[in-house]
Amino acid sequence: MSTPPADTAAPAPLPAAPALEVSDLSVRFAVPGAKRWLQAVDGVSFSVARGETLGVVGESGSGKSTIARALLRLVSATAGAARFRGADLLALEGPSLRAMREHLQIIFQDPLASLDPRMSVAEIIEEPLREFRPALDRAARRGQVLAMLDRVGLLPAHLNRFPHEFSGGQAQRIGIARALMLQPELLVCDEPISALDVSIKSQIANLLKDLQLAFGLSMLFIAHDLAAVRFSCDRILVLYLGRVMEIASRTALFETPRHPYTQALLQSVPVADPVLARARRAAPLGGEIPSPLAPPSGCVFRTRCPFAGPLCAEEVPRLRPVGASLVACHRAEEFAGLPRNGG
Amino acid sequence: MSAALLAIRDLRVTYRTEAGGLHAVDGVNVDLAPGEFLGVVGESGSGKTQLLLAMLGLNAPGARIEGSIRYRGQELVGAGERVLGCLRGARIAMIFQDPMTALNPYLTIGTQLTEGMRHHQGASRAAARRRALELLDAVHIPEPERRFAQHPHELSGGMRQRIVIAMALICEPDILLADEPTTALDVTVQAQILALLRELRARTRAAIVLVTHDLGVIAEVADRVLVMYAGRVVEQAGVQRLFEHASHPYTEGLRRSIVPLAGPLPARLPSIGGNPPNPAELPPGCPFAPRCAYAFDRCGAAPPPLAPVAPGHLRACYYDGPLGRIR
Amino acid sequence: MNAAILPRPARAAGQWRQSWERLCRHRPALVALALLGFVVLLALLVPLVSPYDYATPDWDELYQPPGGGHLLGTDGLGRDLLVRVMWGCRISLLVGIAASLVSVLIGVLWGATAGYAGGTTDSLMMRIVDILYTVPFIPLVIVLTVLFGRSFLLVFVAIGAVSWLDIARIVRGQTLSLKNREFIEAARALGLSNTTMIVRHVVPNLLGVVILFEAFLSFLGLGVHAPLASLGTLISDGANHMKSHPYLLTIPAVFLTLIVCSFSYLGDGLRDALDPREQR
Repeated sequence: MSTPPADTAAPAPLPAAPALEVSDLSVRFAVPGAKRWLQAVDGVSFSVARGETLGVVGESGSGKSTIARALLRLVSATAGAARFRGADLLALEGPSLRAMREHLQIIFQDPLASLDPRMSVAEIIEEPLREFRPALDRAARRGQVLAMLDRVGLLPAHLNRFPHEFSGGQAQRIGIARALMLQPELLVCDEPISALDVSIKSQIANLLKDLQLAFGLSMLFIAHDLAAVRFSCDRILVLYLGRVMEIASRTALFETPRHPYTQALLQSVPVADPVLARARRAAPLGGEIPSPLAPPSGCVFRTRCPFAGPLCAEEVPRLRPVGASLVACHRAEEFAGLPRNGG
Repeated sequence: MSAALLAIRDLRVTYRTEAGGLHAVDGVNVDLAPGEFLGVVGESGSGKTQLLLAMLGLNAPGARIEGSIRYRGQELVGAGERVLGCLRGARIAMIFQDPMTALNPYLTIGTQLTEGMRHHQGASRAAARRRALELLDAVHIPEPERRFAQHPHELSGGMRQRIVIAMALICEPDILLADEPTTALDVTVQAQILALLRELRARTRAAIVLVTHDLGVIAEVADRVLVMYAGRVVEQAGVQRLFEHASHPYTEGLRRSIVPLAGPLPARLPSIGGNPPNPAELPPGCPFAPRCAYAFDRCGAAPPPLAPVAPGHLRACYYDGPLGRIR
Repeated sequence: MNAAILPRPARAAGQWRQSWERLCRHRPALVALALLGFVVLLALLVPLVSPYDYATPDWDELYQPPGGGHLLGTDGLGRDLLVRVMWGCRISLLVGIAASLVSVLIGVLWGATAGYAGGTTDSLMMRIVDILYTVPFIPLVIVLTVLFGRSFLLVFVAIGAVSWLDIARIVRGQTLSLKNREFIEAARALGLSNTTMIVRHVVPNLLGVVILFEAFLSFLGLGVHAPLASLGTLISDGANHMKSHPYLLTIPAVFLTLIVCSFSYLGDGLRDALDPREQR
C-alpha cells in the first residue's frame, strides 16, 4: 500500500512531479430558458501524486462528476488547466487528444449502462486494443484480453456473454478490465461502487486497490460515500456546490476535519452501531443545498453553516493551510484552536 | 402483551416465468407490534421490497400471493380491491424510494396532500387544508402556506420526501411502510429525514417498517431487524443484539464489510465472495450456501428453518460454531 | 478468489445464435415466416410449372370462376389468375424488399448522423427531411415516368426517395436518446472517431426500432406497367369487377393481406429476438 504523504504544517510539493495537476478548473453550463449560467465547477485546483488515490467527495450539485467528465473531455471546461504528461489536457485537440486517451481512462457509476448492450464481453474489452494497438493480431489481442479477465476475477467462459447476463459487480469488473487494457497512468473512477450491492462493494474496492498496486495507477476516486473513500483514498478533497471546501490526508480529514461542511458530512453518515448512533447528540445539518443557479455570495456554504459570520457573506474564502489540511473557511482556526497565521 | 398489529405467516410471493416459478418472497413469518420500528435489510433479490408491497397488495399483476397477512385480525391476502383500498393510505400508508417520481408533477402540493384525507374521511376542503398545514409543520417544511400552491418540481429532493411523508401520515395510519426512503437522498438530507422519522414515530406511535440495504440506517432507527436473503428471513433480532451478536454468516459478512469512519482500518476489506442471488435460479438448500465461508454438506440439502438462538433472536442456519473466520 | 461465480448456467455462445433461438420461441413470427416461405415458394415455382403465362389472352375462357383447368379462374382477357397472382407476388415482394432495404440504408445513416452530430448539422439535415416530406408521392412518380419512361427501376427510386424520410426521423429520435447513455460516453472516452461511434455503437442499437417501423408496406397499390402486374394493380383491376366476379378481387387481396400480416408479425418477432436484453 502506498504510504500517505507526511503531515507537515503546509503540504509541501511532492518530490516527483504529480501525475495530474489541475488549476482553477471551471465548468459552466448554459441553462435553456433561464438567462443564467449554471456554474457546476468553480475554480477547483488539486493535484494527484503518482500512485496516489485522491478522493473527491461531495453531495448532489457538488460538481464531482462534472470534474471527471471535464478531465476526460466529455464536457467542455470553461476555464482552467489540467497538466498531465507534460501537456494541458483541456487544451488538446485532434490526434494529440486521442493519443492522450490511452493514458487516461474512466470507470462509471452504473456498470451495466456503461457497456454496449449489443457487444459481447470480448468485444467490449478488446475495443481499446483495436483502437490503439492496431499492430496486434487477433490471437495476441485475445491473449491480452484473457490475461486481463483473470486479473479482474472473471472467467474465459464470460467472453461470449452479453452485459445483461451479468450482475452489477461483474459488469463493473468488465468496465475495469476495459479501462485498464491500455495500462493508463491515471484512472478516473466516477462513483465506482455506489450502484453496487453492499456485499459486492467491498469486493470491488479490494479489487481496485489490488489493481492500483499491480499497475502503478494514480486514481481519482469520486464518491459521495465517506466510508468507501476512507478505505480507498490516500488524500481527500471535499466539494460543495462546485467549490473546494477542504483537502486533507485521510488521517487528517477523518480525525480532525477542519471545515464545518466536512464536520457536518462526517456527522451525517449513519453509524453502524446502535448504541453510538442513539447516544449521538449532534443535530443533523439543517437546510438544503442551494440551487447552483443562484449560489450564495461569499462562502457558498454559509447558508447552512452553524458558524457563519458577516465576513462569510462578503468574501469568498481562499483555500489555505490550517493544521495539516487545506481549508476554505474564514474561521477554521477558531474551531481548531490554532493560531491564525499568514497562511 | 398487546396483540400484533400485523401478523404475517408463511408469506410467499411468486412470479411465473418461462423458466419456472420465481419466489420473490419465500416463506416469511413476522409480527409487527404497535409503535414498533422494524427494519428490513437486504440486497437486490432479497425480496424486501416485494414483502412490503405484499402488505398493501401492491405487487405487480403477475404475482401470486400465498400465506397470510392479518392486520388487526383482518386477512389481507386475497382481500378484494375494495378492502385494500380502504386500508391503503388510511390505516397503512407507504412512502417510496424516489420522491421525484412519487409525486404527480401536474398537481399542486396542496391537492396531493389533501387528496387522501378527502377520499378516505370525506373531509371538507377546509378541514383537510388545516390538517395538511399541521403536517407540513410536523415535517418541518418552512413556509407551509406557500408550499400549498407550489408544484413538486419547485422543491428540492429532501423537501419532496418530507411532503411524501406528510401525505402518508395525514390520515393517521397505524403502520407506515417505507421503501428505501433515504437511498436517493444526499447524506446530509438523509440524516434529517431519519431524525424526522424518529421524531414522528415518538409523536404518532405509528409502527414503521423500513426497508433498506444500509445497515447504518438500521442502526440509527430500528428497534428490531429482519435480515433477508433470496426471499427468506435469515436472521431476526433486536437491533442491539443483531449488531453485537450477529449469528448468521450473511449478517456477519455484511457487518464486517462496513468501513468504520474512525479507528483502525484494515488493509483489505473483509468481503462476502460471489454474487447476489438470482431469485429465478436458486440452488436447493440454503440460498446463501454458495457464498458462505462456513457451508458444509447439510447446507445443500434443504433450506434451514428459522430457529431461536436466544429469546427474540432467530436465525436460519445449520452452522453451530463460532463466526469470525476472515475471508 | 471465488468472486467470479456465474449466476447463470452455461448458454450457447454467439449473438446470432441466441437471436435465432429467441425468434424460434416467438410463435406468431414462426408462423409468419413459414407462410411467407410458402408464398415465396409458390411465387417462384408456379410460373415455372404452370402451362399458362401471365400475358397470353385466351378468348375462349373469359371470366372463368375458380376450378377446373384454371385453379383460381381467369380474368377479363382469359389470363390465368393463379399465374398472374403469383407474378404479382413476385413483383410486390421484390419491389417491397428492395425498396425497403434502400430506404432503410439511407434513412438509418441519415438519421443516426443527424442525431449524433446534433446542433446545426442536425437542424439542417432534419429541415431537408421536412422539405422532402412535402413532396407528394404520386405526382413525383408521374414526373419521373414522364422523364424516364416506365421502368422497374423507377419504382424503386420513387419508393426509396420517399420512405427513407420516416425512418430517418425515427432513427434520429432514437439516436438522441442513445447519445446520453453511458456506454456511448464510455466509447467517447476511448477516443473513437465519430464515424466509428455511429457505425459500431449507435446503429446496432437502433436495429430493433428500425425493423418495427419498416416500410414493408411501401409497395401497397403501386402501379407497374401492364401486362406485368403487382398485387396492387391486380386488386384495383379486380375491384372493378367486384360485383360480377368477386374472385378477381378477393384472391389477390387475400395474398396481399397474408404477405403484409406475415411481415408484420415477423417484424415483431425479429425486433424482440434481436434485442439482447430480452430475458426469455
